[in-house]
Amino acid sequence: MTLTLTPTAVAATRERRFGLVRHSLALARRSLVKTLRTPEQLLDVTLQPIIFVLIYVFLLGGAVAGNTHDYLQFLLPAIMVQTVLFGGMATGVNLNTDISKGVFDRFRSLPIGRSAPLIGSVLGDLIRYVVAIASLSVIGAIMGFRIQTSLPSAILAGLLTIVFAFCLSWVFVLVGVVMRGAGGVQGTAFLLLFPLTFGTSMITPKETLPGWLQAWVEVNPVSHLMEAARGLMLGGPVASHAVWALVWSAGMLAVFAPLAVRAYRRRA
Amino acid sequence: MKRYGKTTALAGIDLAARQGTVLGVLGPNGAGKTTAVRILATLLRADEGRATVGGLDVVRQAAKVRRIIGLTGQYASVDEDLTGMENLVLIGRLLDFRRAEAKARGAQLLAEFGLTEAGDRKAKTYSGGMRRRLDLAASLVGRPDVIYLDEPTTGLDPAKREDVWKIVRSLVADGVTVLLTTQYLEEADALADEISVIDHGKVIAHGTPAELKRVVGGQTILARPSDPARLAETAAVLSAVAGRPAESPARGVVTVPVAGDAAFTEVVRRLAVEGIGVAELSLRLPSLDEVFFTLTGHHTEEEAA
Ligand SMILES: Nc1ncnc2c1ncn2[C@@H]1O[C@H](COP(=O)(O)OP(=O)(O)O)[C@@H](O)[C@H]1O
Ligand SMILES: [Mg+2]
Repeated sequence: MTLTLTPTAVAATRERRFGLVRHSLALARRSLVKTLRTPEQLLDVTLQPIIFVLIYVFLLGGAVAGNTHDYLQFLLPAIMVQTVLFGGMATGVNLNTDISKGVFDRFRSLPIGRSAPLIGSVLGDLIRYVVAIASLSVIGAIMGFRIQTSLPSAILAGLLTIVFAFCLSWVFVLVGVVMRGAGGVQGTAFLLLFPLTFGTSMITPKETLPGWLQAWVEVNPVSHLMEAARGLMLGGPVASHAVWALVWSAGMLAVFAPLAVRAYRRRA
Repeated sequence: MKRYGKTTALAGIDLAARQGTVLGVLGPNGAGKTTAVRILATLLRADEGRATVGGLDVVRQAAKVRRIIGLTGQYASVDEDLTGMENLVLIGRLLDFRRAEAKARGAQLLAEFGLTEAGDRKAKTYSGGMRRRLDLAASLVGRPDVIYLDEPTTGLDPAKREDVWKIVRSLVADGVTVLLTTQYLEEADALADEISVIDHGKVIAHGTPAELKRVVGGQTILARPSDPARLAETAAVLSAVAGRPAESPARGVVTVPVAGDAAFTEVVRRLAVEGIGVAELSLRLPSLDEVFFTLTGHHTEEEAA
């Protein structure tokens, strides 16, 4: 089989430096604009976590901590982590929609790096994490959550969570590229996120859990992230948890980002 | 060669287009047109064989190929949540235009495609024809040397189709090489310098429109007598003028291939002499199905099914 097209002398379109960075940023901007223009896309990082906070605090607060105020202090840093991690799921779902709608065909026919559309999506969705943290800070403050450490330390907790979520979102990118439909992406992401976020001391102290579950909580990277966030916002041990969270982040990024880019190249 | 599981989408195809010309790829649904375009646009890899664009291999030199091509796929690939302008500026930025340049180019294309008014509206609100035009504009941002148009007029009404044809003609006038796929012989005839007819992933005929029409009988006269009882007489008139037997492809109509326009006038005259009133009388190019019937002896799959 041969397909031969002979055009005029090949005109070299301009090639500028740092292409991948500029292209990724242009595509990140695209995601950002789309998200801000469809605010219902942000429900999962605004209203939804607020409802969860209300449910947990008023349903479990008395039983777990004796009163709702103390429970809120215990819950909020951890539920912030959960919300931000769940927020990354949308990256995979949106990516999958873009690919099946043909929007990415255009990008793939352009002289840009293969990874640029993926990096763009992941970067653009950082806004979702920021919105999640902001929304929980507001509801937390209203309900009586008080940072026991310092503002910079609490901000550090947010940043650590965002770094972890950024790295984890490459798993969702991979799922989004590989799966046939957006429903499948969402289902798979839920299956991954439930044990990761609920298999922790998020809603109740680890000591009250059965042994096998405690064993999982011990090794679960999200436990380390939640404990680090608690430490940074309420005081207590931080260093080892934070180091583990960062080690896991680097590991996820190193494994899943290349896998996702490879899968994207191969997808017809 | 390209296979999807057991389906061989492209079997053995040789397509060639010279610079500054339009190559029309004519074929029914499922013939392999989109597959061929996607291979040439570096979106898909052939399982066997090779494809080159401007002497560049689409697999080994994919990045260079992407610098000289523009693709308008079969389904509009504009971003519906962005405005027309934002869509074009984004492509410009990805093609390394500076922001001001990208905006200027976007405005210029919007104007050329009659979308200036709609430029600040989300593409979601565009009609089918506007979306097509925006998609076409998006593939032209980088002033490509080769443009692929995959069924650019399918689903457009005749006036919009004429608009797209005008655009294609002006592109070619600028020296651009166009690969255009279509299901209409009329369209290929109107635009293409050469036509490849493909079916089941194979080229079954190739030539200039004139050559191809010589093979498939050029134009066809179709007549529908107002009184169905006079169908046989009408057929006799058509046969006499054309010098070959007329066929009745559907109830109440007869058709016959003819060599030139003069035959039409002659048919009109003789029908008048015989006093046969007609509900429909037209001179047209053969439909894709008729082309296929002539070339392969079978109808296109859709018609047969
Ligand atoms: N992704 C795919 N998976 C399986 N079969 C496919 C796929 N894409 C196309 N085909 C098959 O390949 C053949 C050619 O398709 P296509 O190139 O889209 O034809 P056309 O564009 O001429 O309508 C058809 O039989 C079609 O069903
Ligand atoms: Mg097609």
